[in-house]
Amino acid sequence: MDWLQSLRLVAPELLLSIAGLILLLASAWARCDRDARVITWLSVATLAGCAVLVVPTLWSGAHGPETLAFSGLYSANAFAAFAKLLIYAAAGASLLVAPAFFERLGAYRPEYPVLVLFAVMGMGIMVSATNLLTLYIGLELNSLAAYVLAAFLRSDDRSAEAGLKYFVLGSLASGILLFGISLTYGFTGTIDFAGIATALQGGLSTGATFGLVFVLAGLAFKISAVPFHMWTPDVYEGAPTPVTTFFASAPKVAALGLTMIVSLQAFGTQVSAWQPIVIFAALASIVVGALGAIGQTNLKRLLAYSSINNVGFLLIGLAAATPQGAAGMLVYLTIYVAMTIGGFVAVLMLKDADGNPVEELADIAGLSSHRKVLAACIAMIMFSLAGIPPLFGFWGKFVVFQAAVQAGLIPLAAIGIAASVIGAFYYLKVVKVMYFDEPANKAVGQSDWIHQALLALCALFISPAGYLLTKCLGALAATAAAVLFHA
Amino acid sequence: MIGVEHYVVVSSILFVLGVLGIFLNRKNVIIILMAIELILLSVNLNLVAFSSFLGDLTGQIFAMFVLTVAAAEAAIGLAILVIYFRGRGTIAVDDVNQMKG
Repeated sequence: MDWLQSLRLVAPELLLSIAGLILLLASAWARCDRDARVITWLSVATLAGCAVLVVPTLWSGAHGPETLAFSGLYSANAFAAFAKLLIYAAAGASLLVAPAFFERLGAYRPEYPVLVLFAVMGMGIMVSATNLLTLYIGLELNSLAAYVLAAFLRSDDRSAEAGLKYFVLGSLASGILLFGISLTYGFTGTIDFAGIATALQGGLSTGATFGLVFVLAGLAFKISAVPFHMWTPDVYEGAPTPVTTFFASAPKVAALGLTMIVSLQAFGTQVSAWQPIVIFAALASIVVGALGAIGQTNLKRLLAYSSINNVGFLLIGLAAATPQGAAGMLVYLTIYVAMTIGGFVAVLMLKDADGNPVEELADIAGLSSHRKVLAACIAMIMFSLAGIPPLFGFWGKFVVFQAAVQAGLIPLAAIGIAASVIGAFYYLKVVKVMYFDEPANKAVGQSDWIHQALLALCALFISPAGYLLTKCLGALAATAAAVLFHA
Repeated sequence: MIGVEHYVVVSSILFVLGVLGIFLNRKNVIIILMAIELILLSVNLNLVAFSSFLGDLTGQIFAMFVLTVAAAEAAIGLAILVIYFRGRGTIAVDDVNQMKG
């Protein structure tokens, strides 16, 4: 009975793993690009099915003992459901954009959607973790699939190098995280998040402090927060663009969700111990992300620095350590996913006359003269990333800063807002290059209809029309965030 | 009498050696893989020592999981290394520099 109840709670992960295994088997018989496309669509359908399974959990705001599966190792609560919906949407988008990109290189394999499904399952386990063991297994399931995805374009030197770099630094991060986990276990005597919180109620011993710092450092690697961001630009540039779209969206949501769970639940009784670390990482990420992007000539590298910059703003919401801050982070994450996917899909749409991908900033000079709609969409995404008001990106920044101010972190909010002006410089530079520079007439190739549709969808979401969603999105985020604060 | 602190000191030394092995080694990517393995083993030593001293089995179960994942990780790392070598014909750390900035 208890067993059946547990299986019912892990239904999304169960569906993902069964579908992943069946499709992996099917891909052994796949012969042509058409088969790979069919497997891609089936994977997207699986993700849609999983989304349907988690919606009721979010809607009912589920939390507490009845959401716990397998003797409290896993929790199917509303917070996990919110994060999973975002993960499924982001993964679905990065599956849809892939065939058109890889088929031109003759390198599309049905293993791509299968690997994405396995990574998504790992992410689902990450955001549902209630225990350091579940956390570790979810994180590794996600990472191991991601290393392979980064090196997916086997014949391309840059892709293989991205895979190698991602593997080495990702494993180092896992090692650091694990060392932190072992210390936390040793000095609190438990690996259960609620148990750790209880054990740390009295105070933080030196050993447990080291554990906390190592765990946060390992997680900072995964969310690419400064000072552990150095792998991000290289991996984002080298990995095939659909994979980069995936890396910048879904795993970010999962790793940030996990960081929230660990900080607010496991170490929730020692907020004053981790708050300075998070504040430092937030400010450093904003500044390094903004300054690092200025000299970049490659669009994917530029967007990588932009994602480091955005993680900084997200961490401001975490530093507040209040339900408002957590809800603000979830709202920001939703908008961030739409902006990132829009940004990378726009990069995917830039092709020269022969259909080769165009990735350099100089090559999109004067883009507005021959690709008016595409240039307008990119401009909109850049303005939104910079947080300029009529666009939805502003709302995300607004809610996290509001939460920081309400939590009394006024200097942090002030410095954050000032630093976001530096970021605006390079976003506006892209717009300037597209609209006011001498046309390079490089990016003239036609783009795939799926890319156009996805870009239109993202552009619509971040347009001022997105503000119609603020009420519904805010309410759902508040429901989800409240879960983290129920003892 | 050997206490838990002795184990923690040994595993911390192993951990630091592993991290240094990744950053100081300028020769061969295989050495990096060995350094990663060393880090994971230092963690296992920690987990098993704590488990024994706390009289709690959780740490030993965790160590089993770490061993399993470490095996999978090594397999994937070597596979990526093989395709990297096919393309570049070298696995020297200093040659991993196609992308910079």
